[in-house]
Amino acid sequence: MALLEVIDVSKIFPGVRALDQVSFTLKPGEVHALVGENGAGKSTLIKVLTGVYQPDGGELRYQDEPAQFGTPMDAQRAGISTIYQEVNLVPLMSVAQNLFLGREPRRLGLIDRKRMDREAGEILSGYGVTTDVRRQLGTLALGAQQMVALARAVMIDAKVVIMDEPTSSLEPREVQTLFGVIRDLHARGIGIIYVSHRLDELYQICDTVTILRDGRLVHTGRLADLERIKLVSLMLGRDMAEVRREGATAFSGAATADAGAAPVLRVRELNSRHKLHDVSFDVRPGEVVGLGGLLGAGRSETIKAIGGAYHLDSGGIQVDGKDLKKPTPERAVRFGIAVQPEDRKAEGIVPGLSVRENIALAVLPRVSRFGFVSDAKVDEIVDRYMKRLRIKASSPDQAVGDLSGGNQQKVLLARLLATGPKVLLLDEPTRGIDIGAKAEVQSLIDELAAEGLGVVLVSSDAEELVEGSDRVVVLRDGVVVGTLTGAEVTTEDLMSTIATEAPREH
Amino acid sequence: MTMGIASDPETPAIVVEDVRKAERTDRIVGTIQRQGALAVLIVLTLIALATFPNFRSFDNAATILVAAAPPMLIALGMTFVIITGGIDLSVGSLYVLGGVLAAWASQYGLLAAFALPLAVCGTIGLANGLLIAYTRMAPFIVTLAALLGARGLMRAISSEGSNTYLVQDDAFRKLGNGSFLDIGYQVWLVAALVVIGMVVLARSRFGHSIYAVGGSEDAASLMGVPVRRTKVWVYVLSGLLAGLAGAINAAKLGSGVTVLGTGMELDAIAAVVIGGTLLTGGAGTIAGTIAGVLLLGVIQNLINQVGNVNSNWQQVISGAFLALVVVAQTYLVRLRRVT
Repeated sequence: MALLEVIDVSKIFPGVRALDQVSFTLKPGEVHALVGENGAGKSTLIKVLTGVYQPDGGELRYQDEPAQFGTPMDAQRAGISTIYQEVNLVPLMSVAQNLFLGREPRRLGLIDRKRMDREAGEILSGYGVTTDVRRQLGTLALGAQQMVALARAVMIDAKVVIMDEPTSSLEPREVQTLFGVIRDLHARGIGIIYVSHRLDELYQICDTVTILRDGRLVHTGRLADLERIKLVSLMLGRDMAEVRREGATAFSGAATADAGAAPVLRVRELNSRHKLHDVSFDVRPGEVVGLGGLLGAGRSETIKAIGGAYHLDSGGIQVDGKDLKKPTPERAVRFGIAVQPEDRKAEGIVPGLSVRENIALAVLPRVSRFGFVSDAKVDEIVDRYMKRLRIKASSPDQAVGDLSGGNQQKVLLARLLATGPKVLLLDEPTRGIDIGAKAEVQSLIDELAAEGLGVVLVSSDAEELVEGSDRVVVLRDGVVVGTLTGAEVTTEDLMSTIATEAPREH
Repeated sequence: MTMGIASDPETPAIVVEDVRKAERTDRIVGTIQRQGALAVLIVLTLIALATFPNFRSFDNAATILVAAAPPMLIALGMTFVIITGGIDLSVGSLYVLGGVLAAWASQYGLLAAFALPLAVCGTIGLANGLLIAYTRMAPFIVTLAALLGARGLMRAISSEGSNTYLVQDDAFRKLGNGSFLDIGYQVWLVAALVVIGMVVLARSRFGHSIYAVGGSEDAASLMGVPVRRTKVWVYVLSGLLAGLAGAINAAKLGSGVTVLGTGMELDAIAAVVIGGTLLTGGAGTIAGTIAGVLLLGVIQNLINQVGNVNSNWQQVISGAFLALVVVAQTYLVRLRRVT
């Protein structure tokens, strides 16, 4: 008997097929891993299951009946609970109130606080949470908050629990507690959909796995029968047919770095709670260093940390031999570090402003005198970069929001270059842009490196990463697990490095 | 309802980190947050008792309470609204409107003197609530519109404020001036409503919904809290209480005075915030609001005692105090988060 069944479900957004005839079955008591890289369709699938999105095609069956969830509440009432990464509870209310909200025990019409607190304590101790339940939820550690959310979900008779990266903010021992709870749920016949990128965890706790890529189902089956290397290649690999159709990448493949040159960027033992552990690497002028790894391995965090936009507990960053102490985005720019964020719409360009204004944003401090901006100087800089990066806009005054994804990306690059950086950190520079523009951005990266910039490249596209990089530093769970150099820089080596088993911690 | 999972004895506890220390810090900070206004009120009262002989009299205490009765009602409604993360700017106008309506309606008897202002102000509150909950317009704008509208309505029925209705009904006037155990009737009435308000907020599902909506609207709706209904009700309550406050004030003054009440909404907001309710919603108590209202009342009373000080200084002091409280709150909230 299937608990929850998805049959040939599609979901289409303007311009994208987020889900393309995906099928998926969850049995009672099954712990089912759902994996895939960014854009694979995992979150879309979860949103279809939880009533956030309505499918554009296909069928949803729940407990052997056709089901339709109009809102998240509908799904929840039917018994499908989701534990989000961002805990969905009320932080200012007490732990007990959060656990019982809407179903508080009452006596004579009034909430029986004593009973509520007592029962909350009893329930939570079963989840390894031993704290005063009258405390504000927000004052608890994130792991404990997540347990409260889980306890609440189970309490309201959930039959399916969806966990979206539940361990991303947990300490190792908290992870073990969570696994204990998952095993209990498993024994009670509750179906669990477990989304995570930590392979070690998947192999510890999951029975079955479903792999999505580019909105399509690429594999589903018993996890124990699937080798790690196979799992990784299914997640990352591109079909041969696709490679033939699109051609390989536009990177030249020629190394331009002078192997003897002093590093322009030196990163030493970056540490950030849960996310980065002793991450170190060097980038020489003219060199493209790729950061490889699965989603959540710490690639974006590393880039953000170097750019001063992510909290570090310890670590050293040097640009041209000078220490960047207490990095902030402003200081990082002054040291010559330019960061292209992963989400260019949210963190990069200003869509409502023109091409000219977007580029000028970065150079305002340089072209203004006594607070006044010299138009002529701005025009000169804008003109130079529009030509050099081959930005296709009707005029410098066209709004950036109206340009194609590829040209938006180039505007962003222009803005970064206009600050006169020594190091360029690129997080997914070709995501969401069409094939032609992709090739152009790729050859631009090559050119910039050839001119002596140090480049750090993050890409979920394995081909792009190995062909674009001179060296690849591979991260897993925030730890550098290997560096590929020279002839090792291949997708096969990348995948086998990612798939190596972590030393057991227990 | 107990559905705890049989715990594996090996299962390590999640919150092992200095639990006790964190809990203690949390408790202390929480207490300061909730009881800060009360502490300041007590200290100020003690100083006043020692310094001003006239402050010490029972009559003076009764005067403070009677003067604080209408603001207390308005602040009570405001507490509900602010805990949901909203704001109600219309209550000052509703207070005046309620007073004028009560004085006018008193010619038809005691019941009418209460029923008319409650009906009109409750309806305006309902309109506020519906607009805020269903169109997702900002409470600030919706209730600002209601402020202007109610003020206009009041002017229209009182011929630009020149027409003062006198209270016609003796029973209604008696209610405003009579007393039980030497404490004005309206103080008893307000005290009763405050107690009911406390029970509702702390011990009813509706009360918990109010906190949940203000604490995190998205989470609340995912947890099945009727977010819209909760919002509508707090604005209805706020409107009703403002109308009632106007009515009892008219009973005390013997007429529907049209010039008072400007800025009452801001005083109420100040009292609520001084009382430890977070302006961002999600936390606060009525006990704190009582302390906040009384604190503002005592400051006013003391300035009157000093005599030769311009009473506008009361607002300066209240303003400074409010700023201090907001800064302290911000700091305390952050401190709590870190633990």
